[in-house]
Amino acid sequence: MKSAVIVFPGSNCDRDAAWALEMITGQKPDMVWYGDSDFKTKPDMIVVPGGFSYGDYLRSGAMASNAPIMKAVKSLAEQGRPVIGICNGFQILTECGLLPGALLRNRDQLFICDDTELVVENANTPFTRGYDKGQRLTVPIAHHDGNYFADAETLDRLEGEGQVAFRYVNNPNGSARDIAGVTNAKGNVLGLMPHPERASDPKLGNTDGAGVFKSLLMEMA
Amino acid sequence: MNAPTKPIEELATEFGLTVEELGTIRKRLNREPNLVELGVFSVMWSEHCSYKSSRIHLAKFPTDNEHVIQGPGENAGVIDIGDGQAAIFKMESHNHPSFIEPYQGAATGVGGILRDVFTMGARPVALLNALRFGAPDHPKTKRLVKGVVAGIGGYGNCVGVPTVAGEVNFDPGYNGNILVNAMAVGLADADKIFYSAAPGVGLKVMYFGSKTGRDGIHGATMASAEFDDASEEKRPTVQVGDPFTEKLLIEATLELMASGAVAAIQDMGAAGLTCSSVEMADKGDCGIEIDLDLVPQREDNMTAYEMMLSESQERMLVILKPGMEQTGLEIIQKWGLDAAVIGETTDSKHMVVKHQGEVVCDVPIRPLSDDAPKLDRPHTPTPVREPVIADEVSGPADWNKSLIEIVSHPNMASKRWVWTQYDRSVMNDTITTAGNAGLVRVHGTDKALAMTSDCTPRYCVAAPYEGGKQVVAEAWRNLTAVGATPIAITDNLNFGNPERPDVMGQFVGCIEGMAEACKALNFPVISGNVSLYNETNGVGIPPTPVVGGVGVLANLEDRASVQGLRGGDVLMVIGETHGHLGASLYLQIQKGQTFATVEGAPPPVDLTVEKRNGDFVRQLIAEGHTRTVTDLSDGGLAAAACDLALANDVGLRLAPAPIAAHGWLYGEDQGRYLLALRPDAAQAVLALATEAGVPAEIVGEAGGDRLTAAGAFDLPLAEVKAAYENWMPEYMK
Repeated sequence: MKSAVIVFPGSNCDRDAAWALEMITGQKPDMVWYGDSDFKTKPDMIVVPGGFSYGDYLRSGAMASNAPIMKAVKSLAEQGRPVIGICNGFQILTECGLLPGALLRNRDQLFICDDTELVVENANTPFTRGYDKGQRLTVPIAHHDGNYFADAETLDRLEGEGQVAFRYVNNPNGSARDIAGVTNAKGNVLGLMPHPERASDPKLGNTDGAGVFKSLLMEMA
Repeated sequence: MNAPTKPIEELATEFGLTVEELGTIRKRLNREPNLVELGVFSVMWSEHCSYKSSRIHLAKFPTDNEHVIQGPGENAGVIDIGDGQAAIFKMESHNHPSFIEPYQGAATGVGGILRDVFTMGARPVALLNALRFGAPDHPKTKRLVKGVVAGIGGYGNCVGVPTVAGEVNFDPGYNGNILVNAMAVGLADADKIFYSAAPGVGLKVMYFGSKTGRDGIHGATMASAEFDDASEEKRPTVQVGDPFTEKLLIEATLELMASGAVAAIQDMGAAGLTCSSVEMADKGDCGIEIDLDLVPQREDNMTAYEMMLSESQERMLVILKPGMEQTGLEIIQKWGLDAAVIGETTDSKHMVVKHQGEVVCDVPIRPLSDDAPKLDRPHTPTPVREPVIADEVSGPADWNKSLIEIVSHPNMASKRWVWTQYDRSVMNDTITTAGNAGLVRVHGTDKALAMTSDCTPRYCVAAPYEGGKQVVAEAWRNLTAVGATPIAITDNLNFGNPERPDVMGQFVGCIEGMAEACKALNFPVISGNVSLYNETNGVGIPPTPVVGGVGVLANLEDRASVQGLRGGDVLMVIGETHGHLGASLYLQIQKGQTFATVEGAPPPVDLTVEKRNGDFVRQLIAEGHTRTVTDLSDGGLAAAACDLALANDVGLRLAPAPIAAHGWLYGEDQGRYLLALRPDAAQAVLALATEAGVPAEIVGEAGGDRLTAAGAFDLPLAEVKAAYENWMPEYMK
C-alpha cells in the first residue's frame, strides 16, 4: 500500500505517521510538501497529520485547508481514495469541507494530553474493519481544540448513517455526543482527534491504534 | 544618533556597569565608548553573559569522562551514547522574565533551550522543566502557575517536542522570584556536531529566522539585577516567542546543516546579535564585520543600539562555507523564514558594526569575552546545624492524618493538572513520563535515554555542601531506578544576590558539594546555566541548584518503573535506615515550616555507599530480579510506598518498624531504594545483597486495598489517592 503524508509548515506528527505507516505497511510513505499542487505518484491512501499547521493562526486548520496540495487531496478523496485526518489533520478536513462539523476549544480551555478510552462505534468502515463494534481502545489525545461540534440535525444524521467511527468513554473535551472520530458520508474520509499513530508500536507498549492502518491494509489487499 | 544622550558615567550605571568596569572599557578602547559600544560591553559583561561572579567556582566541576564529547563552553554539552550517536543537552533558566510575564517568559525559555540544542546539530527529542513557585496562598502564585504551565505547553506542544519529566515546588521562599528552568535533550550523529567557532577569515555571515524588532532590549541586564516593587514595569524587556517560527527554524537549520553549507553556527539568545557575533569571532580568534542595514527588520527606524541589543526570538547566525551562500538562502527561504548575508569574518580581531554607511561600533573582541570581569566575591559559609534523629522529635499524634498531610502537601501531591497540559507522546518514542525519570527511545533503536531533573532546596538551605551532594546523588539515583546507566549532568544554579557573602557562601558550598558527588559518581557537568539575583526587596530565594541528569539504557526492555506491583509481591528496601529527620518533609509539615526555616541538618550522603547501592540496584534490574523500583526521597519509606501503591492501584502492608516509627517511615536517609519482588525472588536477592555487602531488608508486602503500616497508619487506598490527586485541581479551580 503506497501512502502519502502531507507536510505543512508546523506539522509535527508527520514523521510519527510515517513511522507507523512504514511499520505496518512495510513501505515508506511519500512525504508530500504542502506547496506542491499535485502528487507525483497517486497514493493509495493519504494521511493529513497532526501538529500546529501555520501555528494554528487564524483558526486551527483554517490556513492549511487552503494550501495548494489540498486541492489534490480533495480530488482524490472525491474519487474514493482513503484519507485520514488526525488531530490537526481532522481540523483541516473539517475546514476544507471534506468532513462535517468543527473542532472548538476544549471544554476546560486547557490543552490536554492524556490516554483516552474509545469505543469503536462503526466497525464497517475501511478504517475500522480490523476492530469489533463496541471494542474498547486506549489511544492518546494531545490537543487544545478537540471539542467536536455540529448542529443537532447533522449529529443525528451522522449517528443515523453510521458516520460516527469512534466515541470517547469519558468525554475529555466536551465533544458533542462524545464523538472522537467521524467519516464522510461515503466512508472513505476519516477524521479523529486521538492519535492512532502514537498507539501503533509494540515497543512502546500500546498497539490499540494500529487497527486503523491495518484495516486499510486489509482493504487494499 | 550614537552619541550618548547623557553623561557616560550615568549611562554606564544605568546599564549595570561599575565605575571600575567603565574605566577598563576606556583603557581598552583608548577613547570614550559611544552608546552602541557601551551597550555591547554592558551586556557582554553582565552577570548573565559573563558569569563574572561564578566562573572561578564553576571551574571546580569535573567536566569529562569516557563518554563526554563536548563539555561546558558551547551551546550545549554532548555525550557519546554508542553506535555513532550522541545526546546533546542543556538546562537554562528564564526566572526573571517569567515572574514579570509568565506565559511569554516561560515560552521563550523553552524556545531558547531548544535553540541551544539544535544549534549543535541535534534534533530535539525531549524537554524537561523544573518549576518553583511561591506559597500556594500567595496572591500571585496561582496566576503564575497558570501562565507558566500554559507558556511551556504552548511552546513545546507546538514545536512538537515531548515534555517528559520535571518537578514543581511551592514555597514562600519563591514568592518574589519564581524559578522556571527548562532543559532540552537532542540526538545527533556523533560525527555531525556543529560548533560556534568561526573557522577562518573571509567567510560570509548569514542571519536567518525571525526579523529583528525592539523586544527584549537589555533582557540580559534585567536578569542580572534584583527585583523591587517596580519590577513589573520591566515588562517591555521580556521577549515574545513564536513557536511556529521555532518549528520552521528547527527544520530549516537541520536541513541547512545536512546540505553541507554550515561552517559554524550560533543562536541569538541573550544579548542577541552582539553576543552571537562576538562569541563566534572570539572562539575562532578572528574578527567580524556586519552591516546592520542588511539585517531583516520588523520595525522602522531602529537604531544600531536597538538592533545590537534586541533579544527578538527565533534568530540564528551562521558562518557559511565558501560558495554556499545561494544554497543557504534557498533552504531558509523554502521554510518561509528571513535570511540575509549580513557580513563576514575578518582578520582584524575586532567587531566592526556598520549602520547607514557609518561605523557605529569598533571594539576589540578579546576584552569582550575572555577579559570580562572575573570576581572572587566574599563568601561566608552557612552555619553548621545539628542532625535530627527520630528520638529527638515527637511522632505524629494522628498517623492517618500525617500520611494524608504528606501525600497532599503541595510539593508531593500529583501534578497531573500540570503535565496533562504538555504533549508527552509526540515523536512516537516516549516510553514513560511517570515515576523516577522520563524514558525516551533513541529513534529507530532499542536503546533509550533516561532523564530527570532534581533539587531539594530544603537540604541546600540547611547545609549547602551536603545539599549540593544530594542534588547530584538524587539525579543519579533516579536514573538508576529506571535501570539506566547515569552518564552526565547539566545544571541550573539558581541563587540570590551574589554580592551578599551569605548567599555567595551558599553558592560556593553547593558547587563544592555537587563537584564532589560528580567526581565520586563519574557523573560530570557538561553544560549549565547560572541564575543569580533571584532576590526581591532584599530577600533571596532558597539556594536551588537544579540538576538535569541523563543516562542510557542499553535495551529498553530491561527497564524498571513504578509500575508492575502485584498483590503478594514482597517489598524490600535497599540501603540503611537510621531515621534522619533533619530538614525533612515530615519536620517541615509537623512544625509548619518552610524550605528556609526547617530545622536540623539534612541527611548526609555517603557517596561510596550511594554508588555501591545504586550499582547493585541497576544490576538487579538488568538481571531481571525486579522491574518495579523507586528511590526513597522526600517523605521517606512512607511516601515511596504510596508512590508504588498509587501507581498500581494495589494496597500494601508495611511490617512493624525496627526503630522509632516516624524515623523509619518518614526518615530521609540517602542512598535507598524500594523494590517490589515476586515472593520467590526475595531470598535470592537477599543473598545477592549479602554477597555485595549491601544492606537489604524486607519491609512489607503488597495486596488488598488499604495502605497499612503496623503501629502507624491504616487507610483505604482510595482515600490516599483522593488526597494525592485532588490537591492541585482543587487549588487551580
